Amino acid sequence: MRLLEFQAKELFRNYGINLLPSKASTTIEEGRKHAKELGYPFVIKIQVPVGGRGKAGGIQKCQNDDEFELKYPQVLGLTIKGEKARAILLEKMADIKKELYLSLFLNRSKRCYTIIASPEGGVEIESVKNQIIKEVGLGEVSDQVAREVAKEMKLEGKAADDFVDTLQKLAKLTVEKEAELAEINPLAIMQDGSLMALDGKFVTDDNSNFRHDELQKYQEKTEIEERAEKSGFSLVELDGDIAVVGNGAGLVMSTLDMLSDNGGKPACFLDVGGGATTDSVYEALTLISKMNRVKGILVNLYGGIVKTTVVAEAFLKAYDDKLINLPVFARLKGTESDKAKEMLKNSRTKIYDSVEEAINAAVMGIKK
Amino acid sequence: MTDIFKLLKGTPEDSDYKKKGVIVQGITGAYGSLHAKNMITYGTNIVAGVTPGKGGQKFEDKVPIYNTVKEAVDASGAKISIIFVPAKFFLGAAKEALEAGIKLLVAIPEHVPVRDTMEVLDLANKKGAVIIGPNTPGIMIPELIKIGIMPATPFKAGKIAVLSKSGTLLYEISDALTNAGFGQSITIGIGGDPINGTRMIDAFDMVKDIPDLEGLVVVGEIGGDSEEILAQRIIDIGFKKPTVAYIAGRAAPKEKRMGHAGAIVMGTYGSAESKVTMFNKANIPVAKRPSQVPVLLAGKMQQSD
Repeated sequence: MRLLEFQAKELFRNYGINLLPSKASTTIEEGRKHAKELGYPFVIKIQVPVGGRGKAGGIQKCQNDDEFELKYPQVLGLTIKGEKARAILLEKMADIKKELYLSLFLNRSKRCYTIIASPEGGVEIESVKNQIIKEVGLGEVSDQVAREVAKEMKLEGKAADDFVDTLQKLAKLTVEKEAELAEINPLAIMQDGSLMALDGKFVTDDNSNFRHDELQKYQEKTEIEERAEKSGFSLVELDGDIAVVGNGAGLVMSTLDMLSDNGGKPACFLDVGGGATTDSVYEALTLISKMNRVKGILVNLYGGIVKTTVVAEAFLKAYDDKLINLPVFARLKGTESDKAKEMLKNSRTKIYDSVEEAINAAVMGIKK
Repeated sequence: MTDIFKLLKGTPEDSDYKKKGVIVQGITGAYGSLHAKNMITYGTNIVAGVTPGKGGQKFEDKVPIYNTVKEAVDASGAKISIIFVPAKFFLGAAKEALEAGIKLLVAIPEHVPVRDTMEVLDLANKKGAVIIGPNTPGIMIPELIKIGIMPATPFKAGKIAVLSKSGTLLYEISDALTNAGFGQSITIGIGGDPINGTRMIDAFDMVKDIPDLEGLVVVGEIGGDSEEILAQRIIDIGFKKPTVAYIAGRAAPKEKRMGHAGAIVMGTYGSAESKVTMFNKANIPVAKRPSQVPVLLAGKMQQSD
């Protein structure tokens, strides 16, 4: 899961990483209280799970009450890359000397944690220059390694000491919380030489959730997503009108691609997984029935692990129960697919021999 | 370098040549027992099962069950194991297998925490063992040995190597290849996780020198850069066998995990465009649809004739 800035900073604070005073709120009433406590000047920062907030106007300086009353509702009302504000963070303004970049991430090709640091931070990682890259195995960062990075950064005195301290704390946090990415950008050098984390990005490994009850308060899930997860499905909601259902992440992605190539607009990615049963597919149809934008369902099943008859039964039951009243365009291949076809012969589910045919029929059928 | 064929088949001098023993960890679970049966039907020599607390029993009245992998290895001499335990028990099961001397470990479970995979890989490196997966459909030499959960019907013995991150796309594309007359010499499931025991490039190294290899099919998907690294290796060593790729996830939105833990695009890292561009640079055509793979492969073969 990807934490919001203020959530990441909560973790940073718990691990002793230096931060400016800040407070998160969701209403202007709360915000006014925080404004008094912090005192002007401060920065109003939108809390959204995407980057590019600054460019989109989601970070505003605030000098007095008048500005606060004007800017707080403005920032709270922004939508950035389709994401609405989850909260507003007010953070004291600081006198900065220099901006650095620091992150630890899971290096997929090298299969180890890797530090990226740069003396030129404050811009997106793709544009960060003079990157210092160091592989650190399972994420342990010794004093010596941290010193080496500080030296390569050409840091001296208090800034160097603070950097070593911050890097080691960030590494400890990364390992203990099982993060895929922990980023401080910018990591600011203040006038007195001390270091402050001005922003925070933190992405954890969802598969380790069972070991991290303490992080679950940061979990953000819609009711539909929660139900999908409970059933062992993978679901990603999209904004089109054809629900795409299949077994296996690769196959469903592939179906999504082909549908898009043919001018169709997917409403969701729904992988029912290897352990599909009549009940779980019925649950998948229940979830789809809750998505108002859906006008048709495209099913692509390569049976093997899944018996296609199990899926056919679920469709029949969904029609019987009047759960769905949508056309279904299905390609069922694999174990017992002939039997599945026979079962669905007189239903509103049309079976096609190839996925290409099913997609064409779905795109044409929805247009009508 | 790992001689995967030696691990899977052995050498003609071996008494168990072409029938290497395989241990199934979690053989009494619903999933493990179903696939153990399927593997036996396929002809894989399942020599032992492991389920703590069920030692002394027999699976399907034939395969002895042990409480520990060590006992199973001591009794059977097997060097190969396949794991079917819930993700949270994978770390323990995998370490136990490696400590007991397993040299090829096929890791089926999905949702294994990345840290656990890294810990297992660390141990595997020290022990000189190969891990396939996690979150893999497995590995097979069609019509000889199947260590995994793939259905039998899509595969046929032949001379094309197939490497795939996805399970169902491996079946789909192998099926299309088989129907077009392209049997497979080996298929390797890389797995859909961010960290793979056998990466695309490792799997490529395992198959690139097969003497009668006639072609290579790479089934990738968004996330990470293993396809790009593979394409670069193909350029660097001047690999000339006809090669075709397929990449799933072109239409996926950025920063969303598409089912597989590893299938996520961050900025431009992991994007389909990046992978397609690199394959094109390596003169490898990328199919738009699974059904196009055999067509492109046939085209490549004609070119090289």
